[in-house]
Amino acid sequence: MSAQHSQGTRPTKLETKFLGETASIKTTFTGNKALNIEEPLLFEVGSYDKSGVDLPEPENVRSRLGGLERKTPIGLPGLSEPETMRHYVRLSQKNYAIDLGTYPLGSCTMKHNPRLNEKMARLPGFADIHPLQPISSVPGAIELMDYLSYWLLELTGAYGVALSPRAGAHGELCGMMAIKAAHTHAKNTHKTTILVPDSAHGTNPATAALLGYKVKAVPAREDGTVSVEAIQELATDEVAGLMLTNPNTCGLFERDIIKIADAIHNVGGYFYCDGANFNAIVGKVRPIDLGVDAMHINLHKTFSTPHGGGGPGSGPVVFSEALAPFAPLPFLIRDMDGLSLRETCGENTSEQHPFGRLAAFHGQMGMFVRALSYMLSHGADGLKQASEDAVLNANYIRAGLRDVMSQPYGDQNCMHEVLFDQCFLKDTDVSTLDFAKAMIDEGYHPMTMYFPLVVPGAMLIEPTESESLSSLDMFIATLRDLVQSAHNGEIERFKQAPELTPVKRLDETKAARSPVLRWQDGS
Amino acid sequence: MRYLPLTDQDRKHMLSKIGVDGIDALFSDIPEQLQLSNIDTLPNHASEMAVERHLSALANKNTAASSVPFFVGAGAYKHHVPATVDHIIQRSEFLTSYTPYQAEMSQGTLQALFEFQTQVSLLTGMEVANASMYDGSTGCAEAVLMAHRVTKRKKAILSGGLHPHYRDVTQTMSDFADYEVYAHTPDPENVESLADFIDDETSCVVVQYPNFYGHINDFSGLAEKVHASGALLIVVVTEIVSLGAVKSPGDMGADIVVGEGQSIGNSLNFGGPYVGLFATRQKFVRQMPGRVCGETVDSDGKRGFVLTLSTREQHIKREKATSNICTNSGLCCLAFTVHLSLLGELGFSKLAQVNHANAVCLAEQIEQLPNVEILTSSFFNEFTVRLPVKASEVVETLAEKNILAGVPVSRLEPASPELENLLLVASTEMNTDKDRETFITALKEVLPS
Amino acid sequence: MAQKLYTKDHEYLIIEGDTASVGISDYAQQQLGDVVYVELPEVGKTFAQNDEAATVESVKAASEVYAPVACEILESNAALGDTPNLINEDPEGQGWFFKIKIANKSELEALMSEQEYGKFVEGAA
Repeated sequence: MSAQHSQGTRPTKLETKFLGETASIKTTFTGNKALNIEEPLLFEVGSYDKSGVDLPEPENVRSRLGGLERKTPIGLPGLSEPETMRHYVRLSQKNYAIDLGTYPLGSCTMKHNPRLNEKMARLPGFADIHPLQPISSVPGAIELMDYLSYWLLELTGAYGVALSPRAGAHGELCGMMAIKAAHTHAKNTHKTTILVPDSAHGTNPATAALLGYKVKAVPAREDGTVSVEAIQELATDEVAGLMLTNPNTCGLFERDIIKIADAIHNVGGYFYCDGANFNAIVGKVRPIDLGVDAMHINLHKTFSTPHGGGGPGSGPVVFSEALAPFAPLPFLIRDMDGLSLRETCGENTSEQHPFGRLAAFHGQMGMFVRALSYMLSHGADGLKQASEDAVLNANYIRAGLRDVMSQPYGDQNCMHEVLFDQCFLKDTDVSTLDFAKAMIDEGYHPMTMYFPLVVPGAMLIEPTESESLSSLDMFIATLRDLVQSAHNGEIERFKQAPELTPVKRLDETKAARSPVLRWQDGS
Repeated sequence: MRYLPLTDQDRKHMLSKIGVDGIDALFSDIPEQLQLSNIDTLPNHASEMAVERHLSALANKNTAASSVPFFVGAGAYKHHVPATVDHIIQRSEFLTSYTPYQAEMSQGTLQALFEFQTQVSLLTGMEVANASMYDGSTGCAEAVLMAHRVTKRKKAILSGGLHPHYRDVTQTMSDFADYEVYAHTPDPENVESLADFIDDETSCVVVQYPNFYGHINDFSGLAEKVHASGALLIVVVTEIVSLGAVKSPGDMGADIVVGEGQSIGNSLNFGGPYVGLFATRQKFVRQMPGRVCGETVDSDGKRGFVLTLSTREQHIKREKATSNICTNSGLCCLAFTVHLSLLGELGFSKLAQVNHANAVCLAEQIEQLPNVEILTSSFFNEFTVRLPVKASEVVETLAEKNILAGVPVSRLEPASPELENLLLVASTEMNTDKDRETFITALKEVLPS
Repeated sequence: MAQKLYTKDHEYLIIEGDTASVGISDYAQQQLGDVVYVELPEVGKTFAQNDEAATVESVKAASEVYAPVACEILESNAALGDTPNLINEDPEGQGWFFKIKIANKSELEALMSEQEYGKFVEGAA
């Protein structure tokens, strides 16, 4: 059997010895717990003869459906408007949110989502325009894309930007395709390998492999950063590029980044930087100045567009001078006639070699508006202050917990996130997972766990700049109390957690063994 | 700065707790010569009022769809979205939550995803659906990769009726992953015979329903031929409202159905964010890309939902993952699900009927014009018109008169001069008799008689 | 009498003549956790030594199962489709993955005996 492609040593089984010992909580006739109201599935409450939308009667016309009229019902239940509202408001109350409390998920940058952004994105001049209406009828949209590009270029030092990628992983694909396209253009057929540190986010090797590259892992140094020597040794003629996250997934800035970039450039490779952690350095340093050739920017992390329970994201990619000509369609061009949008390959000039198209239309316009609204609000001074506050907050948590929690690479300054491991839980019978689940009962979303994979029982905490001092103090006090509890052997506080949530620990094995992915009549 | 809670006093206190002299000490790993003092080329912070003024000025330069007679489609459609939908998706608990990895504190998102997956399965006539893709076009490329995994073959055949952007996205992805694509030439006349191109290496045939030019075809016969050769039939639906009026792709033998869900619950947004729908047969579920939500029980035996089958995903399998997709279209799926719950079977069928009736009304009036031909004998809410002159010129002239007439095919297919007179015209429930009258009158004026 | 050998990838072979049944060791199933799914090779397929022949997935991990020696697949354990938990409950009995015809018996020489494997696992722990 091969080494496991795994999520680390995360336990997934319910420990039965701790089940059924829950403290007696008052039961109710409805199953509701006061404000916490149970809600069945839409399919159990809706009905086939009810609708919450009033529509005009269709005109009486001769059907032109070519004999393919639907003859059987679809089976979609409907609800009136008040019922719909209740159904989804009740569901919403079973979710945690940034607007409720600290959401310290490492590498996810769960910062405040300003509502001005939402208001701006909903202006009819942005939300109610069609991607294929004549460009002459949307000059403001083109200007907005151009102005957003300008901000991204200024903040990164780049020469070109591709706006169309729909999320971070999609941006990564875009950046790596540009690298492959550049090598193909230069007929570098021998460049078959991509270097990826073993602490990298899982999308990195997945993307390189999708493009047919061999992935070679780069080991970390004892202090958690990438070893220049290792890169220099691995940087052979076959190396097409390096994928590196900076600041890295351990929350550290790669201090030898310039030497690392040189080593890759010396063998004719390109340097792809995963921009997931850009929030630590916006306004402090420009990635392209560090030798980066391509970097995606998660507008939904660094530039505050909402995560929305898992999307939509937006992942523009900035390029160095060497890679900019290979950016995909569509792209903006400015010439004598002013600003225009190039949508097809038809009119290639000798300078531009777009590698193709990554998605229909022109990108996540709704996210562009939100991100630009955030940038304009902060301004150059505010963005820099935000990065400094993000880093300050993470280090303050480190300072507040360093005597009771263990750090895999010793107590050193971190960037915008601080990494702990499971060593401090040794001999307590409490795992990282248990520790995190106990945080839920205390009203906190857990930190990122078991990532990076190279750190056993990792706990990666990213507070972001949105947390106030009093909120950080309460968070630190809570974690200290939990550590104390674990050492005092108060095991039930962990093993049964979470107890106060709408559902308790869920059986993931059952879900994966015989997947039930939809409601079925009679189920 | 209104978004930053720390005061200078706080910052000082925190630095001393950390044990450093100043903030610069925390950034000392960044090469000093490259550290920025400030970026002179960008403005400093601005008030809410100032930002609003700036962005509103840009927005006001654009012609919003609801402000004019509007007939533009080609993969994105102007429909009415009930106010309830936008209210619900702006609730903090949905808007500002992350991917539901901590199931106990994300049951709201998870249950909504489970409802979404069920609705998508029902609409497409398939057995299972995932929790969405970025959009229809990326879903199409992912469907082709999935078919290659299932069949262990490497060649895809794309219909000439497939949206050109979807074709290009699939082509780009396949080129880079070293897979073969046969893309049929554009087929506005609906004459292609895709079965002729199937060979032993063919993993899938990709068709669109209704297709890019508006034609509605029965793919049952094609499905049989595709299956006989051991390949899969992928059906792409860019106007999901059509499925309220016509037979489902599942009923015609589709193996994978990919859809663009924007029409339900989502604004036009100049092309994004949208929501990709992805449905397939139960037997292929472990080859399906994207996140999925599944039902299970908690430690008290109570029903609950979790993200499941995650071993297919990149954060576990890394270089062996089924795709590199990480983020889905969470909030856009929620908008889709809320809108479809409001509509129900009754509302959804009626919406489809109104769309079809409006399009037929418009087609009948266009047919009366001299030297104009409608190429699409059967269609749902969009059809192709052959004009006696270049379609792009007509569209520009009408835009000057504040009428958005449709999409000239040449905008997406500039390499095919024989298509330059073709115009795609869409009509939804949003169009009034007055809209049609204005459009027809203007067309009469600009077309040579 | 049947002979049992192990590979350093935590797979076992129970050998009878020139055929063998192959699965993952008790230690391997413990590392993996609750198995939820397996993908098995088709009968008649041939593999070189160390080719990926099957995959096994738990909730949190996925691994490939290699062909321990060059072989042809004679049978796959259909019971694992519905009851992958057999791999956790009886890994070296009812939880076998596939039966093979061994192409080259000399490849067996490098494998470990039950006793050697026990020591190897202790070293890994």
